Amino acid sequence: MTTHAAALDRGGMDATEVGMGVYNMKLGMWVFLLSEVMFFTSLIGSYIILRAAHPDMFAQPGEVLNVPLTALNTFLLICSSVTMVLAFAAIERGDQAKLKAWLIGTALIGMSFLGVQVFEYIQLSGHGFVPSVEGYSAAGAPLYGTTFYTMTGFHGFHVFVGVLALWYLVIQAFRGKYTAANHGAVEITGLYWHFVDLVWIILFTIVYLI
Amino acid sequence: MGWLPEAASTFADSIDGIFYLILAITGVIFIAVEAVLLWFAVKYRHRDGRKAYHTHGNIRVEVVWTAVPAVLVVLIGVLSVRPWLHIRSPDSIPPDAYAIDMTAKQFEWNATYVGPDGAMGTDDDVTQRNQLHIPVGRPVVVMLRSEDVIHSFFLPEFRVKQDAVPGMEMAVWFQATRTGEFNLACAELCGTGHTRMGGRVIVHSADDFDAWLLAEGAGPPLGARLASSTDQP
Amino acid sequence: MATTLTEHAPHADAHHHELSFVRKYIFSEDHKIIGIQFLFMSLFFLLVGGLLAAIMRWQLAYPTDPANPLPGGGLFPETMVNNGIILPEFYNSAVTMHGTIMIFFAIMPLLVGVFANYLIPLQIGAPDMAFPKLNMASFWTAFPAGLIMLAGFFVEGGHSSAGWTQYAPLSADPEWTGVYAGQQLWLISMIILGFASLMGAVNYITTVINMRAPGMTWFRIPLPTWALFITAILILLAIPVLTGALIMLLFDQTIGTTFFASATGGEPLLWQHMFWFFGHPEVYILILPGMGFVSEIIAAGSRKPIFGYAAMVLAIIAIAFIGWLVWGHHMFQSGMNPMLGMSFMVTTMIIAVPSAIKVFNWLGTMWRGDLHFHTPMLHAVTFVAMFVIGGLSGVFVASTPVDIFLHDTYFVVAHLHYVLFGGSLFAIFGAITFWYPKMFGRMMNSTLGKIHFWLTLIFFNLVFFPMHNLGIAGMMRRIYDFTQYEYLAPFQGLQMFISWSAFVLIGAQFIFAFNFLYSLFRGEKAPQNPWHANSLEWTAAPSPPPHGNFAHTPTVYRGPYEYSHPDAPGDYWPQNEPGPAAPAPEPVYAE
Repeated sequence: MTTHAAALDRGGMDATEVGMGVYNMKLGMWVFLLSEVMFFTSLIGSYIILRAAHPDMFAQPGEVLNVPLTALNTFLLICSSVTMVLAFAAIERGDQAKLKAWLIGTALIGMSFLGVQVFEYIQLSGHGFVPSVEGYSAAGAPLYGTTFYTMTGFHGFHVFVGVLALWYLVIQAFRGKYTAANHGAVEITGLYWHFVDLVWIILFTIVYLI
Repeated sequence: MGWLPEAASTFADSIDGIFYLILAITGVIFIAVEAVLLWFAVKYRHRDGRKAYHTHGNIRVEVVWTAVPAVLVVLIGVLSVRPWLHIRSPDSIPPDAYAIDMTAKQFEWNATYVGPDGAMGTDDDVTQRNQLHIPVGRPVVVMLRSEDVIHSFFLPEFRVKQDAVPGMEMAVWFQATRTGEFNLACAELCGTGHTRMGGRVIVHSADDFDAWLLAEGAGPPLGARLASSTDQP
Repeated sequence: MATTLTEHAPHADAHHHELSFVRKYIFSEDHKIIGIQFLFMSLFFLLVGGLLAAIMRWQLAYPTDPANPLPGGGLFPETMVNNGIILPEFYNSAVTMHGTIMIFFAIMPLLVGVFANYLIPLQIGAPDMAFPKLNMASFWTAFPAGLIMLAGFFVEGGHSSAGWTQYAPLSADPEWTGVYAGQQLWLISMIILGFASLMGAVNYITTVINMRAPGMTWFRIPLPTWALFITAILILLAIPVLTGALIMLLFDQTIGTTFFASATGGEPLLWQHMFWFFGHPEVYILILPGMGFVSEIIAAGSRKPIFGYAAMVLAIIAIAFIGWLVWGHHMFQSGMNPMLGMSFMVTTMIIAVPSAIKVFNWLGTMWRGDLHFHTPMLHAVTFVAMFVIGGLSGVFVASTPVDIFLHDTYFVVAHLHYVLFGGSLFAIFGAITFWYPKMFGRMMNSTLGKIHFWLTLIFFNLVFFPMHNLGIAGMMRRIYDFTQYEYLAPFQGLQMFISWSAFVLIGAQFIFAFNFLYSLFRGEKAPQNPWHANSLEWTAAPSPPPHGNFAHTPTVYRGPYEYSHPDAPGDYWPQNEPGPAAPAPEPVYAE
């Protein structure tokens, strides 16, 4: 190799040499979130198509679903996005104590969200609002329950995965794994968490309010 | 060797016409491309001392071989529009078309003809399994439904094919050009018995058709029905 | 992850020997081993898919003929083959599973699982994928998905029989097919396989964007990697839509939701829209990588730069974009609005153009070349010849009026096999024979390779060309016993001819299998660069490359197709060989 080449050869990969200037994990998360966008688009798109085809099979907003309760839940999730941002900001400054506090806060709010959702499911199914043909007796038709539970359920599953990831971060934070220079896991979990939050705002609007 | 089945409807001319047009265009391209490929393969095969010519391409030929196929496919597309709309557009269904209800289910075709009272959906309608009787030279509109899964109403000699989707009603119209017996098939996999979901289409002359309607106890003769066709869908 | 990689790269060989057998060959994080794992898995499934095809062809040659029972029919339970007669339930299963296995467990993993894994890091000069652990997880997710899919054959009620397209409501309610567990296993397997594909896609995309060696600019990337990169984007965006639809269908099957059942408000056509919204990008997932391999092989085999490199890349990108707007052409006869059908016809016609551009550029590459017809080159040139047929027959079914007649007939079967077998599979055979020396350090036997090639070429055409005629005669696809139709009964002779040609075609593949296995142990030792090619896997790494791929990260000075350059010392000019600045990496259109 010529001297020029030797100068370029650093004995390893320099990810930013020709790349995006974003480290692999973060780029990977962005790419993964694109596929998540398509997944939720397929669910939401189906909902819109089915509802447009059979408007009579869906109840009016508030008729079956508990909008005030869910509005509160939406507010909770938005708060958790704020705490997530604060956790990230804390570790950017290298403040490990605040990182732990905000991470725990985010995880707890996420769990409350799930708790409210479970409560809502129990309440609704008690009134005969179930995802299947059998046992369905609420206003509208089974199609309503079918789409409602599938969409909110898959979102809830994503929140659940996010909560698991947050507790993992909490454990790692207590082990002192994250520093001002090295906290990629906090950042990409944050990206995921904000995405899940954003999806909920769309779902809340479409499923509950319109 | 198989070729297009004998043509028995007014659609055959336009569909077969485009088929032959595409066959001619693609046939010429096919022969030309494969010939050039073979010619290059023989002419430029490795021999001692051969040196390949170094070139990265040529913008002018790229433009040409982008434009020519583009023009051809657009031409084929444009020529396809009119027959497609003539066959499929709801506006194309002739108002005087004779209506027959066709309900598909695993694994049979049930054709229902209007009864003597002239109204479809009443008790005096006549239903026949796996047989479709139609008059020659008159447009017919088949109101297609399915009771269970998706079937596909396929009349090869008539160049007619339409999926029967549960929950939807499709109006399929066509006009026979000759009398005789033809094939009715299901073209969409619909379960274990898909293979035997066939039937016959019997095209009668106008007089024979009226006679057949009478014999089966079905609706008024076609001539009479045409007069009251305004209240038909 | 990035830090792990930098540890590996400089002392690759030292690290190589420390790994245990299990870590090195079974739960390996090395992209090359993972690629080879996918290779063995998908070749096995190719065999399964071929045997299913043989069963179908036997039934079509001798429809329910007691005088000609299925050879070996006694091996099957009576619910599948009774006294040598293939039962319609089993025939429909074989149709469904032939399609499913060939598309999702043979062709797609062969193209992407094998070659995206194996080639991308080598061609861009990276020591491994961006996420090696995720890569390992991808294989070990795909593998159980395959086992679950195979398990469906052994459960009561048989395997799914609703066709690989799984049109609802046939697939949504076990009542319609009599298939219970098999249908659910089909769905679960496909959902799991989707995760495997997604993990792969995230990895390929990140790797290509972030891990290119110094000097490997976008327009110096070899075309296989370009094609695989775009394919990965299609997978990333298409698979989640399929997963969404599969989950809904599984819910309809198991917990009684009503997405696709019309009786309770569902929409059967919603399934078709979702399936084909995924399914048409999938069609390009199945052909784009093959186009990339063929470009590489034809350029090296012709000793010429690829003609119109930029046009080739742009055509791939154009196909990938327009590919999202054509899904409706699978549904012209489904009862969609005829105006909508018309717009899908227009987009479908337009997407033929970039495909045509690619064909002409391959011809341009061969023009005034110095063509070496080794086995990979034979397969690559045949790819072009067969893809032309598959592409042109596509124009017939793209025209909506003609599609009324040809939809769901053998014409479509012929068309898709000219693209998937004549196209993708020939490209795969070309690619395997081309990169085999790099993968295993030995050459495949060239005589056996050529015998296999010629038999495959001849009998492939004898099988599939007459199917155009069956379709033009109006024979429906997926028909268990066509002799029940008066107008189709006369074709039994032709069907028998097709079937026996198919048996020879399948038999010929065992020559390939033998050559593949024999050469692993007895093949001639391969040099580092047997084809005198330019890209980094040949010029910067031994055969086979060690763990970590390159002793030093290569530096790239020029594009990958500088063959027969007047200024170069030899007839090829490695991408990593320092020298006078090559004529701009972006193609210069001299004169």
